[in-house]
Amino acid sequence: MRPFSYARAGSPADAVGQFRAGAAYLAGGTNLVDLMRLGVTAPDHVIDVTRAVSREIAKRESGGLTIGAGVRNSDLASHPLVRERYPMLARALLSGASGQVRNAATVGGNLLQRTRCPYFQDVALPCNKRSPGSGCAAMAPGADTAHLAVLGHSPFCAATHPSDMAVALTALNARVCVASPAGGGSGTANTGGIRVIEMPGLHRLPGGMPEQDTTLRPGELITEVKLPPPPGGRQAYRKVRERASFAFALVSVGALLDVGPDGRVRDCRIALGGVAHVPWRAHAAERVVLGAVPSAEVFAAAARAELRYARPLPGNEYKVTLARNLITAVLGELMP
Amino acid sequence: MTDTVGREAGPRGGDSAAGDTAAAATAPGGHRVEGTDKVTGAARYAYEHPVAGAVYAFPVTAPVASGTIGALDAAAALAMPGVIAVLHGGNTHPLGGREFELSLFEAAEVTYRGQLVALVVADTLEHARAAADAVQVSYEPSGHDVALRADHPRLYRPDKVNPGMPADTGYGDVAAGLAGAAARVAVTYTTPVQHNNAMEPHAAIASWDEAGVLTVYDTTQGPSADRDTIADVLGLAAGQVRVISPHVGGGFGSKGTTRPHAILAAVAARAAGRPVKVALSRQQMFTLTGHRTPTIQRVELGAARDGRLTAVAHDVIEHTALRTEFAEQTAACTRVMYGTPAMRTTHRLARLNVPAPSWMRAPGETPGMYALESAMDELAVALGMDPVELRIVNDPAAEPDSGLPFSSRNLVACLRAGAERFGWAGRDPRPGVRRRGRWLAGTGVAASTYPARRRPSTATAELTGDGYEIRIAAADIGTGARTALRDIAASVLGADPARVRVVLGSSTLPDAPLAGGSMGTASWGSAVAAACEALLKDGRHGRADTAGDVAGDEGWARHSFGAQFAEVLVDPATGEVRVPRLLGVFAAGRIISPVLARSQFIGGMTMGLSMALFEETAVDPSAGAFVRTDLAQYHIATCADVPSVTAFWIDEDDPHLWPGGGKGIGEIGITGTAAAIGNAVWHATGRRVRDLPITPAKLLNGEQRNAAGEPRGAERNNGE
Repeated sequence: MRPFSYARAGSPADAVGQFRAGAAYLAGGTNLVDLMRLGVTAPDHVIDVTRAVSREIAKRESGGLTIGAGVRNSDLASHPLVRERYPMLARALLSGASGQVRNAATVGGNLLQRTRCPYFQDVALPCNKRSPGSGCAAMAPGADTAHLAVLGHSPFCAATHPSDMAVALTALNARVCVASPAGGGSGTANTGGIRVIEMPGLHRLPGGMPEQDTTLRPGELITEVKLPPPPGGRQAYRKVRERASFAFALVSVGALLDVGPDGRVRDCRIALGGVAHVPWRAHAAERVVLGAVPSAEVFAAAARAELRYARPLPGNEYKVTLARNLITAVLGELMP
Repeated sequence: MTDTVGREAGPRGGDSAAGDTAAAATAPGGHRVEGTDKVTGAARYAYEHPVAGAVYAFPVTAPVASGTIGALDAAAALAMPGVIAVLHGGNTHPLGGREFELSLFEAAEVTYRGQLVALVVADTLEHARAAADAVQVSYEPSGHDVALRADHPRLYRPDKVNPGMPADTGYGDVAAGLAGAAARVAVTYTTPVQHNNAMEPHAAIASWDEAGVLTVYDTTQGPSADRDTIADVLGLAAGQVRVISPHVGGGFGSKGTTRPHAILAAVAARAAGRPVKVALSRQQMFTLTGHRTPTIQRVELGAARDGRLTAVAHDVIEHTALRTEFAEQTAACTRVMYGTPAMRTTHRLARLNVPAPSWMRAPGETPGMYALESAMDELAVALGMDPVELRIVNDPAAEPDSGLPFSSRNLVACLRAGAERFGWAGRDPRPGVRRRGRWLAGTGVAASTYPARRRPSTATAELTGDGYEIRIAAADIGTGARTALRDIAASVLGADPARVRVVLGSSTLPDAPLAGGSMGTASWGSAVAAACEALLKDGRHGRADTAGDVAGDEGWARHSFGAQFAEVLVDPATGEVRVPRLLGVFAAGRIISPVLARSQFIGGMTMGLSMALFEETAVDPSAGAFVRTDLAQYHIATCADVPSVTAFWIDEDDPHLWPGGGKGIGEIGITGTAAAIGNAVWHATGRRVRDLPITPAKLLNGEQRNAAGEPRGAERNNGE
């Protein structure tokens, strides 16, 4: 770990005002501190934002929820309105990490956590995300690809986004509110205002710039997440992993199915975790289901449609089968 | 022996501490004497001893797997805040000893990734770690080879396999036995690199006094041997080194030999003129503290129609390091298990650019029993025979390979008792036919075995003002050795256990062997019992050395046996495997302390489950690297994975063991578990995964190739 300075911010404006190149925001620290110890990231200035952003969960007049970026994962998972109206989100949160980590991790930090690709975390090996232009060790013959992407990856990076919560927020059409520094974060007082990003737009595919996980601009700070009014229908979150607890998803599915009085699907949302650099909204699958009379055959066709363009790496072919089977199974569980 | 099952090993089961009323507040029902210290944090582990003026050191390791070390430039590191010294091959005195890993930075060439290259000493851990990154080392990489293959061109036969057994054995005509068999199995199993991953990392504090005496607070499975090795490497007399290790947070073999952290601390403390603390990071533990070799195991079995074996062959391929040979005795269990007129066991090694493999809980039996017991299940399927019965009909009268009589052997009793408790009777042998919601259900069985041995030990016993004090350089690595030895001493002395104090965990105590090979209790207990007997004769003082007794331990085949039963659920859509129930019955001599024994059995079984389904250090052939080198990626079973693990035991009264009558219980629990689970996965699904771990990837996908060049992952198999 390299020496760094530390400062606390009292408000979003204070935080973005303090930001400069080489700085990092610190919330729960469950990921950033590990990465600093490993030398994956080496900020010279750490801005503690735990007192800068809200830790409240508030009902909105529209019927939705506003979730402060500083809300702990465990508090969000156990909130009565979340459990009752957004059960997919509660289930996703509780399937992540361990009780101790959830008690420390925040909503903002969860969204911004980095990939757990083994090559990203081993600083002696090439990684375009960690060290742009150095290459991608995961593309070498015999590489350990079991946990890498099958959708949306590029020749430069096949990392996956590890968050469960982000998958549920994607399926729930959440919006992420971001405080922006003035004029590119020059260190002057914030006058940049608030930007709103609809999930999954916060995250981006790796393309030729895998070093950029998100669409945030330098110094931007997540302040809150807004959930629209609770959708109709039934929700589920299923996460497949080797061990039963404390493991990132091989593949996860957050899904919602709402069948109208005419017996046809009037709302269907499907998002996938563990398959891409972003929480993957399965629009192709949704299109197959929407308006259809739900059946196992329709769900299987939807899953096939989504995975048609999957490009597994040597060694993670199973993820295509797994994602297909899991979409089909979870939608089946949601049949009224 | 009694042929009925012993006590259920419930959480408060056991009667060893009957009358232990005075100690009830801290040790109810035989719970460990240091339990309160551990749960309150009062127990000090190696890194936690308060040593005034200690500074910190952090290693620099090679990022390449093969090559020569060029220039090393420490100037930038030395200029960083708090840095006291940078030690490397150019400024460190040559070290002695025979072990390559303990020669630290002497080698001019790199033979595995993660090899030590330098060490930074600084006033804080953070400063040392930051400066370690700033040490500039140039390497001239050369081609590396880290991939074990069945057709590796440089396979060789080692002279011996651990701990000194012949590499190859055989008798009878295996080819004829197979040719004439009514049913045959010829299959290859593989197991991956696995790491011990004790909870407490390898750590030490070293401090030199004015007289040149070195004190090392170390985490070790054997203070006497650790002292001897450290002295040897540093060119000191044994009397100039003191190893203190009162509490050890697990070792599983990885702390059975002196590891580089202790030598690093000693060398750095000498250079810095101050005490030095070294703790390896979890990532460094993957290269500097040993691992279990990967194995490629070919097993061929032939049997007559009645199930009796006509031939057994077990041919093993595994890896070792370029500069260190460790040959795991993977096929040795086959020499013990089943009667057959013809047998062949072989071991071949490839020297690769990997760190040295070493002991990991039940080296040999753990991977070997996975393959043998999986093959026995395949044979039972091929014969259309119940797998419990197949094992019973092949139970031998004498040890097959040596011809020695068994001191006691109760595998059959364990199988029968386990089948009864598990509810095995009436099991439908057909695979893939039991649905439970979205899950397919199945059950499996496998046998367990582990040798019962002991080594010479010394101990003393003293009458003190208010009781007795036992002194022995034993190690309590979390097993409860203090408690077991207290109970052994109290039993010989006829004393209330609360009045017996056991002092262990220091090389200044009477010399004792390792906590390893499931020999601790038998080795130390023999000496403690003899010292207590000597005290009873003397009235005040007793001393014992069991070298003579142990030398007389020849002439019998001494082994523990067991049977494990697993129930598994497999979701065919996702490949998820869950184990709702694991049940073991063991015959391991006399159980000294039921509460402690239960922990050893269920701990071993849990580690076996973890091996079956999760544990794997991936080897990247391009990078020449181990990957997944932390506990977020190297998965070990969590509580959620083991909802029901139960252990029972059969009391054995075996007159051919040490006076305490125990066979050792630290390792048998891990042997056979993975086979029981794999066999249950086959029963649930009809898919035979022959490459551990059994993951969703393999259950969903049979297209990959394993190291043996055979299809990796699941295969439909009905026993060939």
